[in-house]
Amino acid sequence: MTPERLEEIKKKLGSLVKNTVVKSPRRIYLYVEPEDSFKANKIMFEELKARLCTASGIDTRSSIEILYHWGFDDDHCVLTVKTQAPKPFPEIESIAQFLKGAEWIEREITELLGVTFRNHPKPGHLVLDDDWPEGLYPLRKDFDQIKRGFRE
Amino acid sequence: MKRTVIPIGPYHPLQEEPEFFKLYVEGERVVDIEMFLGYNHRGIEKLSEAKTFDQSTFLVERICGICSTSHPFAYTQAVEDMADLEVPERARYIRTIIGELERIHSHLLWVGLAGHFLGYNTVFMWVWKCREPVLDICEKVTGNRNHYAMFKPGGVRRDIPNEAKPEIIQMLDKVTTFMQMITKAVLDDPVLHARLKGVGALSKEDAIRYCVVGPTVRASGIPRDIRRDYPYAAYDRVDWNVVTAEGGDVFAKAVVRLLEIFESAKIIKECLKKMPDGPIDGDNKTIKAGEGIGQHEAPRGEVFHYVRGDGGNHPVRHKIRAPSYVNIPSFKATVVGETVSDAALILASVDPCYCCTERVTVVDRHSGKEQKLTEADLVRLSHEKTQKIKKELGEKKSPLERLNLPKPGR
Repeated sequence: MTPERLEEIKKKLGSLVKNTVVKSPRRIYLYVEPEDSFKANKIMFEELKARLCTASGIDTRSSIEILYHWGFDDDHCVLTVKTQAPKPFPEIESIAQFLKGAEWIEREITELLGVTFRNHPKPGHLVLDDDWPEGLYPLRKDFDQIKRGFRE
Repeated sequence: MKRTVIPIGPYHPLQEEPEFFKLYVEGERVVDIEMFLGYNHRGIEKLSEAKTFDQSTFLVERICGICSTSHPFAYTQAVEDMADLEVPERARYIRTIIGELERIHSHLLWVGLAGHFLGYNTVFMWVWKCREPVLDICEKVTGNRNHYAMFKPGGVRRDIPNEAKPEIIQMLDKVTTFMQMITKAVLDDPVLHARLKGVGALSKEDAIRYCVVGPTVRASGIPRDIRRDYPYAAYDRVDWNVVTAEGGDVFAKAVVRLLEIFESAKIIKECLKKMPDGPIDGDNKTIKAGEGIGQHEAPRGEVFHYVRGDGGNHPVRHKIRAPSYVNIPSFKATVVGETVSDAALILASVDPCYCCTERVTVVDRHSGKEQKLTEADLVRLSHEKTQKIKKELGEKKSPLERLNLPKPGR
């Protein structure tokens, strides 16, 4: 992505962007506040016509980091919108409200990392076993596989 | 109109991915579909956090049994992006060749299965016979018909010796000559036109809304291809075209896959010609902290890997997104409104690592009566429709039978 194009994108997002990391012309990371995540991602999809590659969550002990990876195919760049949802109750607005393609991945993050996506159109079980205990999130760092009997 | 629920899945003994589809049917028409997955969640993302960066290559190779190299392809690039590793030029070409060999055999597998679903078992037999030499070459080059273990962060593990080149080119010529015949036969066949055109069409808008990838999106007229959009390996060093088709129906998807086989063959040949001598591995001993993204255009679409490391031996987080994960939800847009006899075909048209059409139960909601449909029944329904169209068109032979080929044999 050219620096001019990045400026154009940042102008569209305005004050929502708190920090920008340009790792390389092909990988750019933007930081937003959790309450701005919905707005920023909406602009990504509806105004900038980016494609949602996928989303992911990472347990950083004090919060859950949520990343939406947007593919700018014409600019040959993956732009990631990052936000930190603080524990113990990480919560952000669901982008599946306007983007069908985000439905499954947000359900998956809820199941594996315990993030609540507000106003998700179709919340519910997706990848884990039906009788998986509630409130137990396998991708969180405090999930003890040995104690739980998943590993010896 | 009475509404009937038809569950498809979750298990099929021949396929690797259990998924469960609930079709809501009024008469012959599908009015709604619900999808469930997770019957075989293997926790690979969690497992990867306990493996070293090198070990994870073998782990992700086992995600898919058909396109086994696509995950290591994306994963190694994510690690290289994270740690700023350089890949030697020769290794880039070798990666491209392995990736394209895999695309050819994966697409051939799909064409064969599509033939079987349609009731053209001759196509199935011939195309799968044609797939064998591709797998033989894979075995010769990598030591295995599948699960090649060729990739490692920073390079590849094995070289393609220059002596092997003529044999690969000879095999490619054989496969392309045969596929030219098949493609012509399929594209000229009036029955297939009548059977597949307009069936399960995915509009451009829906393709964007569902974020679909691979041949599924290219068949809807959107030229989205990771190999061209995010150049990696040696794809920007060779001359090839992105294949697209219009309409988004099953026919368009078949056309895209068939034509892509020729592009792949072209890429491999050019890579073999241009491949420079030199090292195949960067020999990296340390790894930096950071985060990285790797993408690869697998036969079914974009594979996406995100890796974060803290400078240690293991990834802190490894996110994997396979192409079927975004392609399968698009069934909601394609299957609804179609008939039950087309449902199996439409589900198969995105090549979703086949998804289990075994153990189908038809439940009549009002009477509570259950009727079991097996995969064989669904295939039979599909065959019957093809036969009906054949009769209407006065066609007696399948496209391949009209070519008067000798009987398939060893």
